[in-house]
This record gives sequence, structure tokens and C-alpha cells, in this order.
Amino acid sequence: MSKGLIVTDLRVSVEGKEILKGVSLVVEPGKVHAIMGPNGSGKSTLAHVISGRPGYTVTGGSVMFDGVDVLELEPEDRAALGIFLAFQYPVEIPGVTNTTFLKTALNAQRKARGEKELDPMGFLKVLREKAKALHLPDDMLKRPLNVGFSGGEKKRNEMLQMAVLTPKLAILDETDSGLDIDALRIVAEGVNAQRSPERSFLVITHYQRLLDYIVPDVVHVLAYGRIAETGGPDLARQLEKTGYADYTGSAA
Amino acid sequence: MTSTTETVDTVHDLTGTYKYGFVTDIEMDVLPVGLSEETVRFISARKKEPDWLLDWRLKALALWKNMEEPTWGKVSYPAIDYQGLSYYAAPKSKTDGPKSLDEVDPDLLDAYEKLGIPLKEQEILAGVVAVDAVFDSVSVATTYKAKLEEKGVIFCSFSEAVQRVPELIKTYLGSVVPQGDNYFACLNSAVFSDGSFVYVPKGVRCPMELSTYFRINAQNTGQFERTLIIVEEGGYVSYLEGCTAPQRDENQLHAAVVELIALGDAEIKYSTVQNWYPGDAEGKGGIYNFVTKRGVCRGKRSKISWTQVETGSAVTWKYPSCILQGDDSVGEFYSVAITNNAQQADTGTKMIHIGKNTRSTIVSKGIAAGRSDNTYRGLVRVLPGAEGARNYSQCDSLLIGDRCGAHTVPYIESRMPIATIEHEATTARISDDQLFLCRQRGLKPEEAVALIVNGFCKEVLQNLPMEFAVEAQKLVGISLEGSVG
Ligand SMILES: Nc1ncnc2c1ncn2[C@@H]1O[C@H](COP(=O)(O)OP(=O)(O)OP(=O)(O)O)[C@@H](O)[C@H]1O
Ligand SMILES: [Mg+2]
Repeated sequence: MSKGLIVTDLRVSVEGKEILKGVSLVVEPGKVHAIMGPNGSGKSTLAHVISGRPGYTVTGGSVMFDGVDVLELEPEDRAALGIFLAFQYPVEIPGVTNTTFLKTALNAQRKARGEKELDPMGFLKVLREKAKALHLPDDMLKRPLNVGFSGGEKKRNEMLQMAVLTPKLAILDETDSGLDIDALRIVAEGVNAQRSPERSFLVITHYQRLLDYIVPDVVHVLAYGRIAETGGPDLARQLEKTGYADYTGSAA
Repeated sequence: MTSTTETVDTVHDLTGTYKYGFVTDIEMDVLPVGLSEETVRFISARKKEPDWLLDWRLKALALWKNMEEPTWGKVSYPAIDYQGLSYYAAPKSKTDGPKSLDEVDPDLLDAYEKLGIPLKEQEILAGVVAVDAVFDSVSVATTYKAKLEEKGVIFCSFSEAVQRVPELIKTYLGSVVPQGDNYFACLNSAVFSDGSFVYVPKGVRCPMELSTYFRINAQNTGQFERTLIIVEEGGYVSYLEGCTAPQRDENQLHAAVVELIALGDAEIKYSTVQNWYPGDAEGKGGIYNFVTKRGVCRGKRSKISWTQVETGSAVTWKYPSCILQGDDSVGEFYSVAITNNAQQADTGTKMIHIGKNTRSTIVSKGIAAGRSDNTYRGLVRVLPGAEGARNYSQCDSLLIGDRCGAHTVPYIESRMPIATIEHEATTARISDDQLFLCRQRGLKPEEAVALIVNGFCKEVLQNLPMEFAVEAQKLVGISLEGSVG
């Protein structure tokens, strides 16, 4: 049984329009893969399909994670399996505090995995520590999820959720967008602190800068619904100069 | 707290859709169907009531015969055959009623256990909650009386109060909700079977939350509870009412009346969690819940606060209200009303400002799912002389799916141009993005809905006493099961 994420010839349509046209990629445990690519090329679509967002039609191919066919699973079961998505646009849930949300989520995942619920005091302690590491003030833990959070705060809060839920595969969809320089470093440090031989990352970004902090093992270019090129960290630096002009919709 | 948590868990494990659906097999003493003077005389005699009370009932019956069932609510249900109902059912008492829990019919205790309200457990919670458990129409077990009576607080069944403190009953019965007030209250006045009575003397803070669990059990028996709470100057009481009903196919009528009287500087906090059988997914069965609840802030600086969580019943028609008579008195209404499947709720409040500088707050959260209809109907009336009156109303609706309806009908009648009345209303929907976020983090769809709805209702739920709040939060989830996915 192969560990890690294996996407094979994945084809996905939205409302009859084909967005992913045969995407293949393998992220081994412990590796960090970056995905770059023009707007509208299908990066978020890929992230959503891996995590199970409704509304997409998979017309071909497969997504396996740790030997499990995840396309057969409900989103919550994928989460329990260890798949985490940091949203490009985090949504608000009025009246539900950050703390309640995270505690409910973590306990739901633990229950699904047959683990014991956490004791509330122990949970709070862990939560505070992790919030501190991300420079999130305590009062943000008591505020309703994302309500009135600034753009940067929302992104850092996604990283807090990741730190608390300790997933096996973390997909970061433009977590760096909207972050100031200091916040970018804090977020990158948070990710680096979580890097481990068991944990994989799929980092979607438009900017080389993030990859200076989170040095990826592999960089992919997703253009027009296909992986147009795969390389090392150098590829990102090269793209910074050339842009995506070389990749056209007609690429085979 | 532990007991209420267990309550919900136990209940959760028990049955299919409706978690409280079972019928207890207890010997019943049931009056044949039909409503006439004889019925009223039978009930009154059964309870060994004084003549004045029988006359009071008969007067109500006479009034009722000339009244029409109201049709203004946004609810519809098949015509009720009032002659097809039985108006009295009581568990058969072997002697004169049990002196302790040990003497209570084991089947009855078992029924409570299934509901998750084990009296034994309540006993362990000593000093936290006193339960005057009402099974069908007659009180069968009352606990903690001694402790209350030390303070001079009377907490007993209505029938007992009629025997013990007839003068208080005579003075206050019908003083807030007169016999002819409305069709259902009038019917109740004629045939009420039992209910609860609370009296808090001057300057006494009731040392514990008072709690009554109502339960409907007998088939075809309309439920006509009557509750009267009187708090003298400077007194305080917090009263909790919760109820569940066993599953059955026939619709059951419930028409309760609750009267609250707060004298100067007195405060009454009345909390309800209503979870009667809502009917099946098609709307078959379920309780018709036509309730009249009203409190009067009779003295200066008195306060009445209603908090309700309405999740059950097929049809709910209920407007807990405050008459703010004393200067500087305060009325509050915090409500969560949840309708799912084919449920219909038309609920809200009336705040009548009479005294100077009277203030009222209304916070209503309506949640509609399935094909249900959820209406907030509220009246704020400011009478001449109510200088400095203020009202703040906030009515929020949350829709789940696109086949349900939420309606807000605020009536404002101000005879005082200088009164301050603010009304805010919002309508929102649970978005697919919110649902997906929750599921991505590991929650099942129904857990996601429960979490989101609890967030939406938070302002109201946090007004409930702690032990109730925990139960109510879980109920919110249970009552919305099947609304998504
Ligand atoms: N629900 C939808 N309905 C219609 N089109 C959609 C839908 N979701 C995605 N698309 C289309 O699919 C394409 C890929 O969108 P996606 O969000 O995956 O791009 P992206 O690579 O993440 O872009 P960006 O860099 O701007 O975030 C776009 O053309 C988008 O308009
Ligand atoms: Mg995107």
C-alpha cells in the first residue's frame, strides 16, 4: 500500500466545463510540493476535489491517500484520514467561537478515528500555545470564527487550525495571499515547524517569496488544467522572471 | 450538569427519529370523551375544589361556548373535535400519593428514565434543581419541598395549592390571563387539570432553580396545565419548564396557561425547553401547542424574563408576554424556535408598556428547515403615560434548505411619541461554504448544522440556566437531524 498522495489522470468538470484535464502527481510522506500557475488554471479546484467539496464532477482518474480511494469518502471522513485544507477564502461562522469550533472539530476527528475525546483543560492549554506561536492573541480564540478577522488574521487562523488538527496532508491554498511580510514569516515558520517525515504539504501559491521560507521539494506548474511542468525550487525562481507565457492551452 | 448531559445521550440512543417516542403502561383513570358542564363538575369534584373555583370554571365554559377558535396565526391544522377529547386522566394513586420516590410507580420512574430525567439522579443533584414532576395531569412526585419551605417558598402542584393557600389562588387566578382572554386560555380555565404553583415571600431569593417536567402520556387526552407564580416584593425565582411526549399518530391538543405576578422589585425568570412530539416527516401526528403565557410586572422596578427554546410540537401558537405596569419595570423575551419537516410555529411576544421608564428587550431566533413554517409575531404597545418607555427588538431568521419559510410580523403601537422603539431583523441561510468548512474539519453534516445553529442562537441559549443550556444545545442538534445531506 503506497503512502502519501497519489493523483492519477484526474479529470474534473464544473457545470459541464472541464477544469482539470488529466492531472497526475505524487506527494510522498514528508515532502513539500508547491503548485503554481495562472489564475483560473484549476489549483483551487484540485484542492477542493482532494478534500471533497461538493459541486465538482470527477469524470476520470483517481485520488489515493495512504492507499485509500478518497473520492469514495465523505469530506469529514477524508478529514479524519488526515487531509486538511487551508482555505483561500475562509468563511465566517457567527456565534461559534474559534475555541468551540476547533474543539468540536478535533473531537469529531478523534471520535471518527476511535480515539478518546480530549479533556477540555488540556485542549485549551495546547490551543493557547499554538496560538501564541502564530502570534494570535488569546482574545481571538474567544471571537466567533473569522467574524471581523482581518484578511491576514483569517489566514493565520487557518494555520492555527492546521497546527491543532495535525493533519497528514495539508493543502495550503494561497495561504500567503494577503499576509504582510512579518505574518508571512510567522506562517512559514508554523509550516516548517510541522514538517515531519510523516506529513506532506501541497502549497498553492503565486509567489516565489513564500517558497524562500518554505523550501519545497518539488514545484509544479498547473496551467489550463494540466501539470505543465515539474521541477525543483529553481523552477519557481525562473517563473518569477518569465511568467506563464510559455504555457499555453494547447499544450499536450 | 452531568445528569442533563447523560439525559441527552440516553435519549439519543433510544429510538429512531423522535428520541422520546414511547408509551408508558400505567393504569389510567380516564374520563370518557366529551366536554360539558358535567365534565367540569367531575374534574372539580375529583380535586375536591371549593365551590367558588367550580363556579369560576363553569363561567369559563359558558364563555368558551360562545367563542371562536382564532384563525389569524400563520398555521393550519385539521379542525379539532373538542367533543372527541377526554379532559381528565390521572395515574391511579394507591394511597394518597407517594411520600418519597420509593413510592412512585416504577413504570413511571422508568418512563422518566427513558426521557433522561431520572428522579433518582435529580436527588443526587440535591440543592441544584427541585423537580415537581407532572405526569399527565397530576403531580406524583415532589422533591426538595422541605428545603424550600424553610425559606417560606411554596412550590407544589396547583391542586395542592388550592387546598393549602386558597386565598392566594382566589386573589391571583385569572388576574393576568382572564377566563375570556382567548379561546384556548378560556378552554383551559374550564377544564384545567393540574399544573404548578409557586409562591415566593417578600424579600426571599428562592435558593434553587425550580423545575417542572411536563409530560403528555394518555392518548386522546388534551393537556390543560395551569401554572401560577407569585413573587412578593424583592423576591426572586428562576423557574424551568421542560417537556417531552411519547410518539403516537393522533394529534394531541395542549392548551396551557401560565400566569406570573411580580410585585415591587421582584424578579421572575421563566425558562422553557419545549420538545413535544413534532409529528413525522410528513407532518402526521404531533402536538398542537396553544399556550397562553403572560406575566405582569405589577410593582416598581420589577422584572420578568422569558426564555424559550421551542423545538417540538406540530403546531406552536405561543406568545409569552409582559405587562409592564410598575414604573421602571423590565420585560425580556429571548426565544429560539426551531421548525423542521412539516412543523409550524407562530410565536413571539407582547410587551405592553404602561408604567414610566419601562423597558423591554426582545431577541428572537427562528430556524426553519425542511418544509416548515416559522413566524415571529410580536407586539410592542406603549400606552399613554408610559413616559420614557424603551423597546429593543431583534428578530433573526435562519433558513436551512429552500422549501421552508420564515416570517417576521412586528406590530408596534405607540401612543407615546417620545418612546424609543428599535427593531432589527435579519434573514440568513446556512451556506454551502460554511457546511463544507465544517465537514472539511471533520464534522458530519448534522453536527455542522448543530454547531452553526447553536452559534446563531447563542444570545438566547446563554440566558438559560447552566444545566438547561447544555441540554438545549444538544436538543438544537437533535431537532434538526435530517435537515441536510
Ligand atoms: N462553481 C463553479 N462554477 C463555474 N466555474 C467554476 C466554478 N468553480 C470553478 N470554476 C472555474 O474553474 C476554473 C478554475 O478555478 P480555480 O478556482 O480552480 O482556479 P485557481 O487556479 O485556483 O485560480 P486562482 O489562482 O485565481 O485562485 C476557473 O475558470 C473558474 O471560473
Ligand atoms: Mg484558487
